[in-house]
Amino acid sequence: MTDDEFAAYQSLSEETGDHRWAFGTGFTDPLEGIDASVPDSVDAAALAAYCLMLGDDALVYSHRLQQWMTRMPELEEETALANIALDLLGQARMLLARAGLAEGEGRQEDQLAFFRDEHEFRNVRLVEVLDADFAELAGRLLIFSAWRLALFSRLAESADPVLAAIAAKGVKELAYHRDYAAQWVIRLGDGTSLSHGKMQAALGTIWPLVEELFEADPVTAALPGVAADPAGLRGEVDAVLETVLAAATLDRPGAAPMARVAGKSGRDGVHTEAFGYLLAELQSVARAHPGATW
Amino acid sequence: MTEPQVRSGWPLYEVFLRGKRGLNHVHVGSLHAADPQMALHHARDLYTRRNEGVSIWVVAARDITASSPDEKDPFFAPSGDKVYRHPTFYEIPDDVPHM
Repeated sequence: MTDDEFAAYQSLSEETGDHRWAFGTGFTDPLEGIDASVPDSVDAAALAAYCLMLGDDALVYSHRLQQWMTRMPELEEETALANIALDLLGQARMLLARAGLAEGEGRQEDQLAFFRDEHEFRNVRLVEVLDADFAELAGRLLIFSAWRLALFSRLAESADPVLAAIAAKGVKELAYHRDYAAQWVIRLGDGTSLSHGKMQAALGTIWPLVEELFEADPVTAALPGVAADPAGLRGEVDAVLETVLAAATLDRPGAAPMARVAGKSGRDGVHTEAFGYLLAELQSVARAHPGATW
Repeated sequence: MTEPQVRSGWPLYEVFLRGKRGLNHVHVGSLHAADPQMALHHARDLYTRRNEGVSIWVVAARDITASSPDEKDPFFAPSGDKVYRHPTFYEIPDDVPHM
């Protein structure tokens, strides 16, 4: 970059006086300065479990997206996906911190992220499966972000003010993620016959894990006015997918939902085989060096 | 259906940003993208990560007509000795404010 160009860029990023940026390692509590008391009308244990579910979805999926780093087809796409993974990691941090506070047993985000075992994770199975190719990445990201955007837009009205604030912030991020993924699904679906075939096959692979997103669970049921009914999200998500699939000239897959195991699925702590490997990688450093900082 | 032409690489786009307080879009760099819409997305992801912009323009680099270094003298040298084009050769009356 020449001096002139650098000066121009500097003038754009001038100090504005709003100190929102966390540099270095002094930034430890994602909910610092927020009144974290749980409203009297809200079941605190259920709220903790609910935030854990939503936090785990973001944490695990963020890690899966991070695994794409250095493997993306273009440098620009890599930065785009890193931004998305980072947004989700931010959501995970706030939700896990909220879960720890509502639980009231002194567990913080790091304990929850790095020192729970596989059966204690409450994420849906959609987020833990490794993408076989770029088409699966685009398809899974579209479905995940369309679903989470529908969920967060409802949670922005939650009776828990902290959850509502986290959701309101997330809505803007997720709207971009959904747009990004939709553009790729359309580009691939409406592209060459090869890309169309791969995109259609990817949707078929992902589809069995979609049904789980809309299944009722006891935690959500215990939080009227705080949590959002999963079944109520189906209409909005279906409408989004229908629009994108139509523009992409893709067919909605008819694959049957993946079976539950003894009536249990991701929200009950029952996961796919791939999840154990993911978790081992995610937790290895924190477990090898407990309490380490950098 | 006819197969769209497959490119070996994505074309180059130039990126212009307008900052919060700035008045003009400023050239900040370039990127590769398959089409203008993707270029806009890439520009957002590459050049506004630190809250630099409120507006982005992208222009395909091939659509920019640039002056050539070979024409530097015919283009710019003739204005070099015409100092009288600068508005510095008249007195500003005392009662003209804000100058």
